Amino acid sequence: MKRTASLWLLVGLAGYCLPPWYMTDSGFWSFSWVFDFTADDNGSALLMGTLHGKTWLLPIFLGFAALAAIQVLPIHQVSAARLLVAVASLLLAYTALQGLVIVRDGPRLLAGMFTNLGAGGGQAGLGAGAFVSCLSLLFVLTTGLSFLGKGRGDAFIIGTIGLIVALVGIFVFFPVAHILIRAFEIEGGGYALSNFLLGFFSADIWGLGCFVGGSCGAAINSVILGIMTGTGTTLLGLAFALIFTRTRFRAKRLLRVLTVIPIITPPFVIGLALILLFGRTGTITNVFADLFGVERTRWIYGFGGVYLAQMLSFTPIAFLVLIGVVEGVSPSMEEASQTLDADCWQTFRYVSLPLMRPGLANAFLLGFIESIADFGNPLVLGGNFNVLSTEIYFAIIGTVADPAKAAILSIALLSLTLGAFFVQRKWLGKKSYATVTGKADSGQHATLSPLVSTACYATALPWAVFTVVVYSMILFGSFVKLWGYNHSFTFDHYRRAFSIDFTNGIRWTGVAWDSYFTTLTISTIAAPLTALVGLATAYLLVRQKFAGKDAFEFSTMLSFAIPGTVIGVSYIMAFNFPPIELTGTSIILIVVFVFRNMPVGVRGGVAAMSQLDKSLDEASITLGANSFTTVRRVIAPLLGPAILAALTYSFVRAITSVSAVIFLVSAKHNMATSFIVGRVENGEFGLAIAYSAVLIVTMLTAILLLQAAIGTRKLRRANRLQPVG
Amino acid sequence: MKKLASACALAFAAVLSTSAAADELSVICSNEQDWCDLMAGAFEEKTGIDVSMVRKSTGETLAQVRAEAGNPKIDVWWGGTGDPHLIAASENLTQPSGADTDELLGWAVNMYNISKGRTVGIHAGALGIAYNSELLAAKEIAPPACWRDLADPRFEGEIQVANPNSSGTAYTELATFVQLFGEDDAFKLLAEIGNNVNSYTKSGSAPSKAAARGETGISIGFMHDMVKLAKAGFPLKIVSPCEGTGYEVGGVSIIEGARNLDGAKKWVEFVLSAEAQSRGPEVGVYNVPSNSNATVPPESPALESIKLIDYDFATYGASDTRERLLSRWDAEVKPSRN
Repeated sequence: MKRTASLWLLVGLAGYCLPPWYMTDSGFWSFSWVFDFTADDNGSALLMGTLHGKTWLLPIFLGFAALAAIQVLPIHQVSAARLLVAVASLLLAYTALQGLVIVRDGPRLLAGMFTNLGAGGGQAGLGAGAFVSCLSLLFVLTTGLSFLGKGRGDAFIIGTIGLIVALVGIFVFFPVAHILIRAFEIEGGGYALSNFLLGFFSADIWGLGCFVGGSCGAAINSVILGIMTGTGTTLLGLAFALIFTRTRFRAKRLLRVLTVIPIITPPFVIGLALILLFGRTGTITNVFADLFGVERTRWIYGFGGVYLAQMLSFTPIAFLVLIGVVEGVSPSMEEASQTLDADCWQTFRYVSLPLMRPGLANAFLLGFIESIADFGNPLVLGGNFNVLSTEIYFAIIGTVADPAKAAILSIALLSLTLGAFFVQRKWLGKKSYATVTGKADSGQHATLSPLVSTACYATALPWAVFTVVVYSMILFGSFVKLWGYNHSFTFDHYRRAFSIDFTNGIRWTGVAWDSYFTTLTISTIAAPLTALVGLATAYLLVRQKFAGKDAFEFSTMLSFAIPGTVIGVSYIMAFNFPPIELTGTSIILIVVFVFRNMPVGVRGGVAAMSQLDKSLDEASITLGANSFTTVRRVIAPLLGPAILAALTYSFVRAITSVSAVIFLVSAKHNMATSFIVGRVENGEFGLAIAYSAVLIVTMLTAILLLQAAIGTRKLRRANRLQPVG
Repeated sequence: MKKLASACALAFAAVLSTSAAADELSVICSNEQDWCDLMAGAFEEKTGIDVSMVRKSTGETLAQVRAEAGNPKIDVWWGGTGDPHLIAASENLTQPSGADTDELLGWAVNMYNISKGRTVGIHAGALGIAYNSELLAAKEIAPPACWRDLADPRFEGEIQVANPNSSGTAYTELATFVQLFGEDDAFKLLAEIGNNVNSYTKSGSAPSKAAARGETGISIGFMHDMVKLAKAGFPLKIVSPCEGTGYEVGGVSIIEGARNLDGAKKWVEFVLSAEAQSRGPEVGVYNVPSNSNATVPPESPALESIKLIDYDFATYGASDTRERLLSRWDAEVKPSRN
C-alpha cells in the first residue's frame, strides 16, 4: 500500500505545486505555463495561495503534508490506512467545497468570512493543477480503502470503481440535478412537490385517448413506439446476426457494410430520404399510384414514418450487440443437444436461443431507450405524432420556454427508461449464460433449422434491399441540382463543401472543412475514452461484487436515458461557472460524448462478458496474475467484438449526434451535425446531403480500419459450421 | 509520415486550444448560414476585429443565453425573429447598444424603443401564403387569395402550418389573426382552417419546404423563405393575403456582460449600416433591410405592395398575452387526434 499511495501522493503534490491550478485562457492543454509560471493566471495552487492572495488554497497543502506524515510515521498499517482514507476524503471534500462556494463573482456563502480571507475577487474554474491533484487524491483514497479489505483488497478494482463513480457523479449527476430540480420549482421562487405531481400526472403525458379514437399522451406514444422499435430491431438484428454466423450466405461482407451504414447516418437524412420515397409525391408512392391506383396519402408523417426511420437507424445497434453474443454461444452445448437427439429447431429453440438471452435483452433495452430518446426522426417525420423527446425540446426552445415542463417531461422519460431497465433485469434473472469457458471446445455450430434460416432470410434480405434503396436515394440526392425536383447532374454541392485551393500551398476553401476537422478530432479523442470507461464499468458490473452495485449500474445508464436537449442545457447550466468551467471549449464536447455514449459500451461489454466463464479469471489469478494483468491479457482479447462495437459506436455517435451538441458547439468548435442542421433549415438539401455522404464514407473507412486493427477473436480452433446435410 | 504526424499534431492543438481570446468578437448568428459567413468576413475586413461565429436558431440561442446568464461566452446575438430578442431584453439578458437609429425605418426604431435600446430591428419579413402551382393545377383547385379562403373545404388536407407552441413563425400568424379579426373570430377562423390542415409542423419553415416538394398543397409562413424556394426552382407561388398580413422584425442584441463590448457595439453599427444590409441578395437573402438607405433586393416581397397590419409587438410579444393565446390555441384549434 505504502508504495502506491506514496506515488500518488507525489503526483498530487506536483499537481498542487507546478501546473496552473485554474483554467487559463490559453486552455487546458496548453503548456505555455512552463515558460511563464509566475504570471498571474498561470500560478499553481502553491503560488496562488502564497503570492496571489488565494489563501483558501493553502489548507490543501497542509492536507498533503498530513498525508505524507501518515506515510512516514511509524503507525500500525491498518490505522495508517484508516487515517489516509479519512484525510484524503476530507481534503477532496474541502477542495470541492471551496470551488463551489467561491465562484468567479466571489463567495456565495458566508461572504463576510471569505472576504476577510481575500476571496472577494472570486476565482476562475479549476484547471490542470486541480485536475491532477484531485485525481491523485482519489487514488490515495481508494488505495487506502483497498488496504482496509474492501473489494478483496484489490487496489486496481477499488481505484477503477472510485474513478468511475467520481466521473459519473461529476459529469452525469451534477449537471442533470441542475435541470431536474426545476421540475419542483414554483413560479416566483421556491420548490414544492405538489407542483411536480400536478404537472407529472397530466393527460398530455399519460393520456390513453388513442385507444378510443383520440390522441394519446406523449409518454404513451413514446412507450408504444419504443416497444415496437425495440422488438423490431432486436428481431431484425438477430436475423442478421444468425445469417452472419450460422449460414453460408455468400455476400456476408456486403451485409456487414449494410448493417453498419444506418448507424453512421446523420438522423434527419434518413427522414428526408423516406419522404422522397414514401411521401405524397415520393418515388415509390408514384409507382404504386401509377401502376395500381393506390391513393397517395401522407402516412409517412406520423407513427408509421417515425417507426420506419427508427427501424432503419437502430437495427444496426441490435446487430452489433447480438453478433458477439450469437458467435459466443458454445458449439458444445449445441452438439450436446443434437447428440441427445434434438433436431435443429429444438436445439435452436431450447439451447441456443436461451443462451442468447443477455444479448436479446440488452439489444431490446438499447433499442427501446434509443427510440424514446430519439429526436431527429420524430422532428422530421412526426407530423402530429408527439413523443417525449420532441416535446422536451420545444419546452426548452419553443415560443414559451418552460424549463419546469421540460424537467417534468424528462423525469417521465427517465421513469420509462428505469422501468425498461428493471423489466430487463427481471427477465434475465440470476441464471448463468457463460459459455466461453476456456475448456477444450472444438465443436461445430449447429446449422439453423430450415424454418429459422428461411425466416432469417425472409426478414433480413428485403430489409437489406430496402436499406440499399434508401442509401442510393441519398447518394443520388447529393449529385443532383435540386433533390426531388430538378434531377440534372451536378458536382456543385461537393465543390462548395469540400473545395481545395492548391495555388498557394493547400488552402481548404470549402465551407465544410472547419467543422469536418473539428468533428473528426473530437470524435477520435472521445471514442477510445468512451470505450475504456464503458468496458471498465462493464467489467466491474459483471465480475466484481461491491455494495451499491445496482445503483451504480443504473447511474451509468442515466445519461443515455436523458434526452440530448436536456443534457445539452444542463451541461451549460452546470459547467458555465467555476469550479468547473468548460463551456466554449472542446473538452465539454468530448466529455458529453464520453458520458452520453458510455452506456452502449457498458451494455455491449456486459452482454459479452456474461459469456466468459469466471474460471478464466480465476485461472489467471491462480497463476499469479493480478486483476489488471487478467483484464489486459485474458478478458480484453476475448472482448474483441465488444471493444470494436464500443469504439465504433462512440466514434460514430460523436459524429452524428445532434440534440445535445447544438447547445454546446461554439464558434471555435463547430460540429458537422450542427452545420448540417443549419443547412437543412436553410433548405440547402444538396449541400447537407453531400456533407453527410462524405461523413458516411469517412466513418465507413474508419470502421473498416478499426476492424482490421482489432481483428476477430479466436474463441476456438476454428469457427466451423456443420456441413450441410 | 513525419510530416503527416506533425500536421495531425497541429490540427489537434488547433482544435483543443480553448475558448475565444479576449480581443475576438464572439457572435451567435441566427440568420442563414451564408449570410452569417458573408457578414463575418466583411466585418473582419472592415474593422480588423476577428469574429468567431456560430449559427444557432433563435430558440436555441435564447436557451443558451439564459443558461449562461452571469458569465456569458457570447458578445452579440445577431438575426432571427424579434420576439426572442424582446424576451431576452425583458429579462435583462441583453444590454442597450446605444446604436444610432437615424437612418432606420419606423418598425426597426419601434423595436429599439420597446426594448429600451436593448435590441434593434435589422430586417423585416411579411407573413404570406404559398401554394404549389403544379399540384393545385393537377387537382384543379383554385388558389387562395385571402386568409379566409383557407377555410374553404376545397383545401381539405392540403394546408400545412407550424405549431405556434414550437414555432415563432406560427405564433406571428396567430397574433396576426387576432389583430386582424379580433380574438374570438380569429380562433373560430383558425379552427375552421384547422379542418383543412394536414399537420402542424414543429419548425416554422417546414411547411413551405413541404409545399415546394408537393408534399402539401398550401403553406403558411414567411414570404422571404418562400421566395428563396421559388428562386431555387420549385413551382411555388406566393400570395399576399387580401385582408392584410403581419410581419416579423429580426433583431440584433448585445449580451449583458459581453466581454468584448467595444467590438459588439461596432458589430451592431456595422449590421445596421446601409452598406452591409445591401449585400443580402448576394447570398439569397430576400427580407427587407431596416436601413432606409439600403438597396432593397428586387425579388424581395416589397412591403409597400403588401397590406401590412400595424403589428403590436409590445402587446403580442409579452409573455402573458403569449401564454393566454397559446393555451387558447391548444384548447380550440389543436387537433384532437393524431
